[in-house]
Amino acid sequence: MKGGSKNRKKRVSASKIFTYGALSVWALTTIYPFLWVIINSFRLKGKIRSDSFSIPWPGSSDFTLDNFRLAFDRFLVGTAYKNSFIISTVVTLVVIVLAGFAAYGLVRYNFKGKKALYSLIIASMMFPVFATIIPVYRMEAAWGLAGTGNTTLSLIAVMLPQIAGNLSFAIIVLMGFIRSLPVELEEAAYLDGCNVFQIYFKIIMPVAKPSFATVAIFTFLWSYNDLFTQMFFLRLPKERTITLLLNEISSQAGVNYGLMAAGVVLVVIPILVVYVFLQKNIIKGLTMGAVKG
Amino acid sequence: MTTSTIYKKKTPLLFFLIPAFAFMTLFLYYPFVVNIVNSFSKISGLGTAAEGLNTPWYENYLKLFQDPNIVTALKNTLLMMLCTIVFQVGVALVLALLVDRIGRGSQFFRTVYFFPIVISATALGLLFNLIFLYNGGMVNQIAQKFFEVTQFIDWKDEDHYFITMLIPVMWQYVGFYFVIIVTGLNNISSEIYEAAEIDGASGFKRTRFITLPLLRNVLCTCLVLAITGALKVFDLPWVMFGSGIPMDQSWLTGTYMYNQTFIRSDVDYGSTIAVIIVVLGVVISRISNTIFKEKDY
Repeated sequence: MKGGSKNRKKRVSASKIFTYGALSVWALTTIYPFLWVIINSFRLKGKIRSDSFSIPWPGSSDFTLDNFRLAFDRFLVGTAYKNSFIISTVVTLVVIVLAGFAAYGLVRYNFKGKKALYSLIIASMMFPVFATIIPVYRMEAAWGLAGTGNTTLSLIAVMLPQIAGNLSFAIIVLMGFIRSLPVELEEAAYLDGCNVFQIYFKIIMPVAKPSFATVAIFTFLWSYNDLFTQMFFLRLPKERTITLLLNEISSQAGVNYGLMAAGVVLVVIPILVVYVFLQKNIIKGLTMGAVKG
Repeated sequence: MTTSTIYKKKTPLLFFLIPAFAFMTLFLYYPFVVNIVNSFSKISGLGTAAEGLNTPWYENYLKLFQDPNIVTALKNTLLMMLCTIVFQVGVALVLALLVDRIGRGSQFFRTVYFFPIVISATALGLLFNLIFLYNGGMVNQIAQKFFEVTQFIDWKDEDHYFITMLIPVMWQYVGFYFVIIVTGLNNISSEIYEAAEIDGASGFKRTRFITLPLLRNVLCTCLVLAITGALKVFDLPWVMFGSGIPMDQSWLTGTYMYNQTFIRSDVDYGSTIAVIIVVLGVVISRISNTIFKEKDY
């Protein structure tokens, strides 16, 4: 029936338009605020409050690099980037290794107290960092890690509680994925002579790669963005991370909205670059077709 | 669930579990126990040790009932939690289902939606402060330019504070749940869909009877994360609202606890609030877990 199929086609394209329309509206809300702040970081500071929408093209009278120049002159931007990346990379690696093990053990083994352990993990996700930070600080100070003024030790002092804090989330997400894997695959490998560790490294990890990637990215970002722990352990200017730097800029900027915007851009841009790069990996991991269903 | 023969021998289990739990015991559970003890103790300053128990030892818990700010904080937090579940997870689910339906551009949307989570709350707080600025912020400029509003709106006054606090938090984490749900959708076998197609289920029916039930576990994970997340929300409201403006009305359990501990230096009372946060979280996620029980397929 000609008419019928034509009608159907129309309906399909209408729903397509609606789909893309709805998706684009949300996309706009996530893109525009950043665009707005980037634009305004290049604007003369006095102009932001009167006219923040036009684009200050290079060469026009509104365009300026002063906001950035000021940020680089006054703050140790390079060191801050370096500290941030060291902390976040180490935290991510350790979390992935430990959380993968724990999730695998918790899903596949049956043992007494399994439920209790699981509840403990859920409960620990509710611990606000500020409830544990003071005892942790005193403990690490007693070990000679925190508050020594030595940059390496201070960075380690930040990493340890960050690792512990990210573990519970990582374990829960990985458990969800490992649980959905068919155990038959592992049994086949077992019959081929693999022991439990070989099964973990040769079957579970490759198959669960997309969820590992997801966990890794979240851990990295949370560690990078975590203001509170860093504020507590890193107090000297040379120890500062990029997030701390922004906090410092915002407290010194006052009503200098241009400097504030530039600070936001300095924090956002490198993360954006890293993110776009990693995002490709995640999607690749997702579509590489793990065992499905 | 029956255990496969591979997992009958329990020795490797120790190797799998001990490192992670050692870390968590040392840096989460032990400090948290110390925190509980602190809630009964008398502590005069941030770095100082406890000077014995309070008199009576449950003094801080009595104080909870007399503190009007706690009521405000709990009310706001529960409201925030409800909005989190409905809007964050809801919007994320809708967006994920929509993205799952399209071919071209789906990667673009994934990239863009996830983006706000990448950004630190400090940066976002500043960003939204600039956006909601009374005199010349983005929102007020838009209102003036396109809707010819003559009077600027003070987005942090008593009529608007909650929505101003809610929008950034909601908006930031939609992408987070979106990614989790999309990953879950990708794990659903295309063969199931093909079978459904043959049986004549497509479009809405397919979503309702195949996708959503199969997403159940993923949605449960999201729910637990949303509940615990809402209880811990801290940095965005803190950067934007600081000490409970306007007039002690915008407190959340997180910000109020921080304020008591680090600004007012009332460490033992702050510890008490932290205990309440954890208890509340365990109870609420227990309830939600029994309602939406996880299932193995």
